[in-house]
Amino acid sequence: MTLPAVLPLDIVVGVVLYWLVLGVAGLVRPQHLVFVSRVLFPLSVAGALALTVAAAVSVTQPPAAAVLPLGLPDLPFHLRLDALSAFFIALLGFAVTGISLFSSGYFRHGQGTAPGLLCLQYHVFLSAMVLVLLADDAYLFMVAWETMAVSSYFLVIASHRIPEIRSAGFLYLLLAHLGAIGILLAFGVTHGAGGDYTFDGMRQSQLSNFWASTAFLLALFGFGAKAGLLPLHAWLPEAHPAAPSPVSALMSGVMLKTAIYGMLRVTFDLLPFQLWWWGVVALVLGLLTALFGVMFAAVQTEMKRLLAYSSIEHIGIVVAGFGLTIIFHAYDNPQLAALALVATLYHCLNHACFKSLLFLATGSVLHATRERRLGKLGGLIQSMPWVGALALVGTLAIAGLPPLNGFVSEWLLLQAFLFSPGLPNPYLNMLVPLGSAALVLASALAAYVMVKFYGVIFLGQPRDPGLAKAHDAGGWERAGLAWLAAACVLLGVFPFGVIALLDHVTLPLVRYAVGANAGEHGWLLLAPVSAARASYAPLLFLLGIAGGVGVTFLAVRKFYHGRVRRDLPWDCGYLALTPRMQDTAEGFGQPIKQIFEPFFRIKRHMPGPFDAQPYYSATTEDRFWHWLYVPVVKFNHRVSEWVSVLQHGRIYLYLLYSFVTLIALLLLAR
Amino acid sequence: MSPFFESILSQLTQTLLVVVLAPAFLGWLNQCRAWLQNRSGAGVLQPYRVMRKLFHKDAVLAKNASPVFRAAPYVQFSCMVLAASIVPVIETDLAFSPAADVIALVGIFALARVFAALAAMDIGTAFGTMGARREMLVASLSEPALLMVFFTPLLIAQSTSLNAIADALAHRQFAIYPSLAFAAVAFVMVLLAENARIPIDNPSTHLELTMIHEALILEYSARHLALIEWATAIKLTTYCALGIALFVPWGLAQTGEWQMLPVSVLAFAGKLALAGAALAVLETVSAKMRIFRAPEFLGMAFLLAVLGMLTFLLLGA
Repeated sequence: MTLPAVLPLDIVVGVVLYWLVLGVAGLVRPQHLVFVSRVLFPLSVAGALALTVAAAVSVTQPPAAAVLPLGLPDLPFHLRLDALSAFFIALLGFAVTGISLFSSGYFRHGQGTAPGLLCLQYHVFLSAMVLVLLADDAYLFMVAWETMAVSSYFLVIASHRIPEIRSAGFLYLLLAHLGAIGILLAFGVTHGAGGDYTFDGMRQSQLSNFWASTAFLLALFGFGAKAGLLPLHAWLPEAHPAAPSPVSALMSGVMLKTAIYGMLRVTFDLLPFQLWWWGVVALVLGLLTALFGVMFAAVQTEMKRLLAYSSIEHIGIVVAGFGLTIIFHAYDNPQLAALALVATLYHCLNHACFKSLLFLATGSVLHATRERRLGKLGGLIQSMPWVGALALVGTLAIAGLPPLNGFVSEWLLLQAFLFSPGLPNPYLNMLVPLGSAALVLASALAAYVMVKFYGVIFLGQPRDPGLAKAHDAGGWERAGLAWLAAACVLLGVFPFGVIALLDHVTLPLVRYAVGANAGEHGWLLLAPVSAARASYAPLLFLLGIAGGVGVTFLAVRKFYHGRVRRDLPWDCGYLALTPRMQDTAEGFGQPIKQIFEPFFRIKRHMPGPFDAQPYYSATTEDRFWHWLYVPVVKFNHRVSEWVSVLQHGRIYLYLLYSFVTLIALLLLAR
Repeated sequence: MSPFFESILSQLTQTLLVVVLAPAFLGWLNQCRAWLQNRSGAGVLQPYRVMRKLFHKDAVLAKNASPVFRAAPYVQFSCMVLAASIVPVIETDLAFSPAADVIALVGIFALARVFAALAAMDIGTAFGTMGARREMLVASLSEPALLMVFFTPLLIAQSTSLNAIADALAHRQFAIYPSLAFAAVAFVMVLLAENARIPIDNPSTHLELTMIHEALILEYSARHLALIEWATAIKLTTYCALGIALFVPWGLAQTGEWQMLPVSVLAFAGKLALAGAALAVLETVSAKMRIFRAPEFLGMAFLLAVLGMLTFLLLGA
């Protein structure tokens, strides 16, 4: 069968145009909810599916490039689809398929922005992300990057009638722009003095150690601001809860990954060489971010904030893997570099699946209960069995439990950590194993956090009587959740296909592929280095547990009985067992708060013995906010006050300023 | 007999051995403790009698128990059986061993624990959630320590597969690793914490303020409780077998050494009996700690494990 030669790149560009058309179509009848959500969003799903397939196919193919006659006169838009961008586009397409399916049933009237306008912003956001991944010159990259930031800003403030949401959006926009400055400067440094802003030109540029390091650090700063690296994480816990849930899922599941893509692109592709201490910087920063994120997630009392902090944790893990890749690569250990890179990329994909799934699940909970505070939820598995079951899959996956997908990437990353001794640097030989301890601590605490998340929302008794009448999610929402939950299971049980695909990504970047080893022992056994060193067979694992459960269940029925009596729970002999006696979200996080107290900024109010209305309150705040952000804001205010001395609102003064400036310029330029 | 069939056979034998004998090990530990406390004790077989009684009873479930609550005991039990089949007990030729290494072993324990904690939160009583919170707290601190303990042996063996580690340590020329001594002490501390023993938790208490594991399973009855108790016994036995395989592996049979099997079974039984007696002594001479002292205890275990690893990296021994 001969098909007309349609290149994957054509399909990807076609999907971008298709999405833009869908977005504009939303403006035809902006207030018509049924048209927008039942027609346009399902059409968007088709685009996302096509994108996933095209990109996944093109991972294995040689890079394709194109030049669009748009952009600056001497710098048209350069597009390039190589394995790295194809992988991230496939990730995007895959997650967006689930998110758009969910969105088809999610949006309602009266949330501020009209549905049609929201549809436009949503699709512009998607297209901009694809263009970021396709861009092959700095100009298009920055245009797409800023379009992505602005469109997501408008999505975040969809409910713009609420002042907190507006200020959250402002913080996001501010940090996004700070980051963009960093990226712009990084490109400026990388291109050397050639004046050629295409990525090809940058690859050719000769850089000294100093300038290459400057470019790396600027890129780490710039992309770190988007990814939520410490200390530029402040926007995540504000913007994610503010945005509608599908948008939170998109931002957390997909947009953060574009920042990781940027880091990889600049470090391994554009810069001519990599120094080992860059890796140490990224590793330490990543691990600190991971620990910070998970600790703060443990004490959150609002479900989407909790997930936002958990995103910070996972980005930290990804960046730690990125740093480890640089270290191994700089010390010319391609096997371990490829292993660490595979773990990093695999974790990106996993995070896109389970974090999107959980954010979408909170969206369903939010619609069913109109409540986002954990302290008011509970027992939802009874009234929302579908969402409860699918969210359970996401919870187990994100907690890094075998045989689901979160475990696979953590296992791969730990393997890379464990076999690090042997580096020619004795200090690193000590540091890297300690880093693995930090990683394990973070993932163990993540299990704590996810038990809290799931237990408080879905299990127990409803903390509010109205919750018993909460409705389950509709068909579209269920389909979106099920798509992502299935991915969590399949990526966990059959990691081989994806790892074989990732070979095509690691080969150009670190010049090694682990997939050949991983596939040597058949698709049953995952052994990235060699089977004697380490192996893991997720399918056997799943069968072992499922078979164990089945056999035990049947054996107990056969040899004994299956009689069950239902009664009230044990109330310790008291008569009134109320739902309020369960742990609240604060209570569940309290041990973490107590053990890691120095890391939090806790404000407590203790009731006194003579208070007329005694109350206890404790709020946990981010230290960075007070160390970094508040001083910057204060400084900014002070500078503005100085400047405001010049401002009197009188025209003759402004004319005088212009006149003086003109004279000064004439004198200087003489 | 083909080697594959052989390894499956030894796998089944060994798993069955651990699963069936685990309650007896718990009984032996309790018996030792009773002797040390100058009581006559209920005998080694008492856990079997308790389980039999529980299996015959009708299960009582809370009205709002969800499927998570009913599935959790089965999941815990099969996780522990899986864990027991990974750890080499009498010989190192196991069919299932490539399926999971030490990291996956930690993962299995975590899976069982998360299900236990979720089930405890399912009913929505004060005790259940408190138990879940404390259990997850202790686990989140002991898990890093446990992995650091594994570091030293796996650096020595250059493998994360338990069989390879045990093989390397048992059949290599006899050498004393000071780093392993640190790791062994840390391992015992983690074992006490993870298995809800004194000084972190007290398995024989139902005092509200102190219990962790018992609070977790307070709502369970009959067959569900029996399965959980059985799983707990398997977990303790597996941990002891793990310690034996890592730190005193001598006597373990190698692949195809059928004539060694009686020796290795006897050696394992002897070591396990000694381990039980030692645990009983440890539990008798120490007192339970406050829950907020647990981080210090586990922090110490973690530091010891790190010291062991650094010793190995610095001295190469």
